[in-house]
Amino acid sequence: MLIGNRPSIPSSQITPKDQYLNRRRFLRGTLAGAAAVGAAALGGERLAQIISPRTSVLAGTRLQTVKSPLTTTGEQLTSYEDITHYNNFYEFGVDKSDPAKNAGGLPTRPWTLQVEGLVKSPKTFDIDALMKLRPLEDRVYRHRCVEAWSMVIPWVGYSLSEFIKQCEPLSTAKYVQFISYYDRHVEKWADEVAGIEWPYSEGLRMDEAMNPLTLLTFGIYGQTLPNQNGAPVRIVVPWKYGYKSAKSIVRVRFVKDEPHTTWNDQAPSAYGFYSNVNPNVDTVPWSQATERRIGLPFWQQRRTTLLFNGYGQEVANLYKGMDLRKDY
Amino acid sequence: MKRSTLVALKVLVWLACLAPFLWLVWGAATNTLGPDPTATITFTTGLTTLRLLAIVLAITPVRKLIPKLAWMIRFRRLLGLFAFFYATLHLMTWVTLYAGFDVNRMASDVVKRRYITAGMAAWLLMLPLAATSTNWAIRKLGGKRWNWLHKLIYAAAVCGVVHYWWQVKTGVMTPLTITIIIGILLLVRPVLSLAQRRRPKPAAA
Repeated sequence: MLIGNRPSIPSSQITPKDQYLNRRRFLRGTLAGAAAVGAAALGGERLAQIISPRTSVLAGTRLQTVKSPLTTTGEQLTSYEDITHYNNFYEFGVDKSDPAKNAGGLPTRPWTLQVEGLVKSPKTFDIDALMKLRPLEDRVYRHRCVEAWSMVIPWVGYSLSEFIKQCEPLSTAKYVQFISYYDRHVEKWADEVAGIEWPYSEGLRMDEAMNPLTLLTFGIYGQTLPNQNGAPVRIVVPWKYGYKSAKSIVRVRFVKDEPHTTWNDQAPSAYGFYSNVNPNVDTVPWSQATERRIGLPFWQQRRTTLLFNGYGQEVANLYKGMDLRKDY
Repeated sequence: MKRSTLVALKVLVWLACLAPFLWLVWGAATNTLGPDPTATITFTTGLTTLRLLAIVLAITPVRKLIPKLAWMIRFRRLLGLFAFFYATLHLMTWVTLYAGFDVNRMASDVVKRRYITAGMAAWLLMLPLAATSTNWAIRKLGGKRWNWLHKLIYAAAVCGVVHYWWQVKTGVMTPLTITIIIGILLLVRPVLSLAQRRRPKPAAA
C-alpha cells in the first residue's frame, strides 16, 4: 500500500545493520565448524560477536538520502543479507548464490551511461554526476520475481522520469531500451544459459518509463548497490516481474518501436514485453496466484500475489483498454 | 558377505539415505534453509528422489558388468523405498506449501500444468512398486509378474526427469547432469542384454 503523505523512513532509521543481519547465518558464516559447535554450546551469538565483529560484513558506501512520498509502508523489509545473497543475475551464474560470489570483478568505476537514439543529441553521463543529478530518495518497494518469490527492498534512487527529462527525447520516441554491461571475460558464467544473447536488454513503453514509480536506482539500505544487485546503476519497475528491472545499465536508447528484450527473445510465450505482475495470468509453467516471501520460515512464506504487485492505483491507468491476458 | 559386514553396510546406507531429510529437519528447526526455505525443501526432496532412482537403476547394470558386486541387489529395495519416501515428501510440499490443501487448485494444476502432470505420473508409477515391495507381495505375484510390474521404474524415472525440465526456465541447464546419468542407465540395459544374448555362455568346467 502506498500512502502519499505519510513521512517515510529515512535510511538512517531503517533497521540498523546489526539487526537486519541474519544472526544464525552470520554465526554459520563466520565461524569454522568446530568453533560454531563450541559457540552454540556456550550460548552462541554473544561469543560469535566477540570473535568476529559485525562491521566486516558490510559493503557499500553510505549515501545521502531524503524521504520519498512514493515509499511502500507497512511491510517488513527483507534483510540486507538476503537481498544481496539471493540474486538472479545470469551473467554471474544461474544459481541464486552465484552472483554474490562472482560479481566482484564488475568494474563499477569509471562508469558511464550513454544516451542514444531518438534524442535531441546523444549524451554520456558519468556515474558520479548521474548520482548528483537529483536528490537520492529512499524508496521501499515490493519486488516480485517471475519465479514466484518476493522481497521488500529499500532502494535508493530517483524517478527515471527526472533522468529522461535530461535526455531530451524526441516526440517520436515511444519506447526506451536499457542495455546492461557485458564483458564475457568478466561475466564468464553468462553462457550457462542456453540461447540467451548478451548483453541483457530490457525496455519500457515511454509512459511506463515516465511513471514516477519507475526508479533509476543506485543503492539499497542507504548504501551504494552491491555488484550482485546491479551496481552501479539499474532500473527498478516495481509493478513488473523482476527481469524487467535491468541491472548494471550502460546504455539508454530511445526508439520508435518496441525494443527486443532478453527474456521475451528467449521464450515469447512465457515472458511478454509488458510482464506486469498478474496473479490471474500464468504464462510460465507454475502458478502466479501466490508467492513466497523471502527470509521467512517455510510455514510463513506463502502470500497472495496482487495485481500490478499492489501498485494498481499508480499504474493501472497505463493499461486501460488493453487485454492483460493478451498483452502479458 | 559376512553378516556383520552386511549389517554395517545397511546402517551406513540408512544413514546416507536419511541425511538429506535430517538436514532439512535441522534446517527448518534452526531456520537455516536459506532465503527461500520452501524452494530449498522442494528442490532437495525432488533432486534426492531422482538421485536415488539413478542409484537404484545403476544396480542391475553394475551387477552384470562386475559380478563381484552382485551383493548390491540386497540394497535395492531399501534404496527404492527411500526414493519413494522422498517423492512423497516432494509431493507433500506441493500439497501443503504450494496448494495449501486446496483440492480444486491441485486438480486444476494436474490438468493444466504439464510439469505437475509429469510429476504426479512419476509418483503414481512408483506407488504400486512401493506397495509390492514386501516378500509377501513378491511371493503372491510370482517373480516373473513382479519383475514385469517393477519395470514401471523406468517410466517413473523418465517422468521424473521430464518433470524437472518442464519447470525450469527456458535455457536453464541444471537438469542436464541427472538427465545424462539416468539416460545412460536406461540405455545401457538393452545394450547389455543384447551383448549377453550374442555371447554364448561359457561352458561349465
